[in-house]
Amino acid sequence: MNAILSLSELAPEVSTGRLDIDRVSIELGSGADRFTALDDVSVNIAPGEFVCLLGPSGCGKSTLLGALAGHLTPSRGQLRLDGAPIGGPDPQRGLVFQHHTLFPWLSVRDNVAYGLRMRGVGRAERHAQAMTWLKEVGLEGFEHHYPGALSGGMQQRVEIARVLINQPRVLLMDEPFGALDALTRLKMQELLLALWSKRRMTVVFVTHDIDEALFMADRILVMSARPGRVIEEIIVPAGRPRSAEWLTGASFIEHKRHCLALLRDPALTVPLARLSPINPAAESADPAAYAD
Amino acid sequence: MTAPGQQSVARHVLPLLSLIVCVLLWHVASSRHLHLGLVTFQNVPQPLEVVHAAWDLFQSPKLQNHLGASLGRVASGFLVAAVLGVGLGLAIGRFRWVRETLMPPLEVARPIPAVAWIPLSILMFPSSEGSMIFITFVGALFPILLNTIHGVHGVDPRLIASARSLGTRRWAIFARVILPAAAPSVLTGLSIGMGTCWFCLVTAEMISGQYGIGYYTWESYTVQNYANIIVGMLLIGLLGMGSSALLHRAGQALMPWYRPGGRP
Repeated sequence: MNAILSLSELAPEVSTGRLDIDRVSIELGSGADRFTALDDVSVNIAPGEFVCLLGPSGCGKSTLLGALAGHLTPSRGQLRLDGAPIGGPDPQRGLVFQHHTLFPWLSVRDNVAYGLRMRGVGRAERHAQAMTWLKEVGLEGFEHHYPGALSGGMQQRVEIARVLINQPRVLLMDEPFGALDALTRLKMQELLLALWSKRRMTVVFVTHDIDEALFMADRILVMSARPGRVIEEIIVPAGRPRSAEWLTGASFIEHKRHCLALLRDPALTVPLARLSPINPAAESADPAAYAD
Repeated sequence: MTAPGQQSVARHVLPLLSLIVCVLLWHVASSRHLHLGLVTFQNVPQPLEVVHAAWDLFQSPKLQNHLGASLGRVASGFLVAAVLGVGLGLAIGRFRWVRETLMPPLEVARPIPAVAWIPLSILMFPSSEGSMIFITFVGALFPILLNTIHGVHGVDPRLIASARSLGTRRWAIFARVILPAAAPSVLTGLSIGMGTCWFCLVTAEMISGQYGIGYYTWESYTVQNYANIIVGMLLIGLLGMGSSALLHRAGQALMPWYRPGGRP
């Protein structure tokens, strides 16, 4: 583990990937069911920063992520990447969901190479790069499998490789390890930090797991629901690479207690019906968000 | 617990056994002239009579004409229905304005049985061949169309969102995501459509004056040759089963990633 994390010392400085969230409000649903999912949120995220959005279900954290990905349009305010307004989905802003969205009809290699194919990269070059990335996420030898034959953790590894092959400036992750068992989740967290330290990019990571946020993030934005707002900003006072000492230290416990108190506030809870707008099961999701 | 070898033997023996038992039951019921109140087997031809009738048909030079005519009609009707059904289904499933424009007339046409189309198809098509193909087409169109629409609606919106985030453009979404994601449903539609195509064959070939398995069956009925009717029925059943098996094979070859009812 030390061998992986020590790579972070070699991390290159990055100048792209600055996100400006400027007084953004987002309304979802239609007619009488219309509600404000996100209310007047302003956040600036520095290039290469690892930011966690932490909050209860329905607090609008996934909505904000969907807007950053370009799948939802703010009702008010503006989103910018490196100064340019975000106007739609783009490989520059890679998106990873909780449950994989790999194409079941493509092999693992072709899934990873998909973004290159859309850019018109030739077959040999595509396959070579895909193999490099599969090695990077520890899936060498699985290139000819179909996604359905892989475990949940492996599917998320493929998903991450498929997004990173496009060299995104920003990586947007919506509870990417939420459906994995504890051990696999820990491995995936370490893998992500290792990848991030090697090739520094801005990461916006949605989670409702306080430990995960404190382990991964430079900065945590705690959100409340009804309407979705950022209620507190926590700078995580731990260096990198993150050690076991941090995870068991007094400061970690203190921060965790503070976050728990914030999340336990009954004013922050919402009925179950309002879930992630990216979640196809959510009734309140605006289907127009995905119409093109 | 049975050994794997025994299992594979059982897998082949059981279907065969089932068929044999069916024929035996038929033989017993028809040779004993069984009368069960609601149902009577007094006038049902026996299996051996049917075998004789089948033998006569297989010796006759007409068989080739019957088979050729029917296969041609079913293939043409099915092909047109497949192209139109899948094409329309994709558009209807994806675009609201296409759905709102096309669905009302299609919904009205859907419950009309093939036999009710006979007079109109005779009026509309100058050749009887055209009207017969039209009847089989009508039979196959709706299952294909509805299953395609169902498949398009079932596409996970996150797949489309992901594809767009990975740089897929508007029209490429159709070919790269929607069609492959809907493919299993489309295949189900094609396989049901193939069945209904054969289902409508007798109806279609009522119009025919000469050849076709459906015509042979219908003609046998009008001259009260009951054994021949059963030969025609069985031929249609076998041909329908064969073409469904072909479709199934084609689907497996085209979708190696798809295993109904479970993971590969």
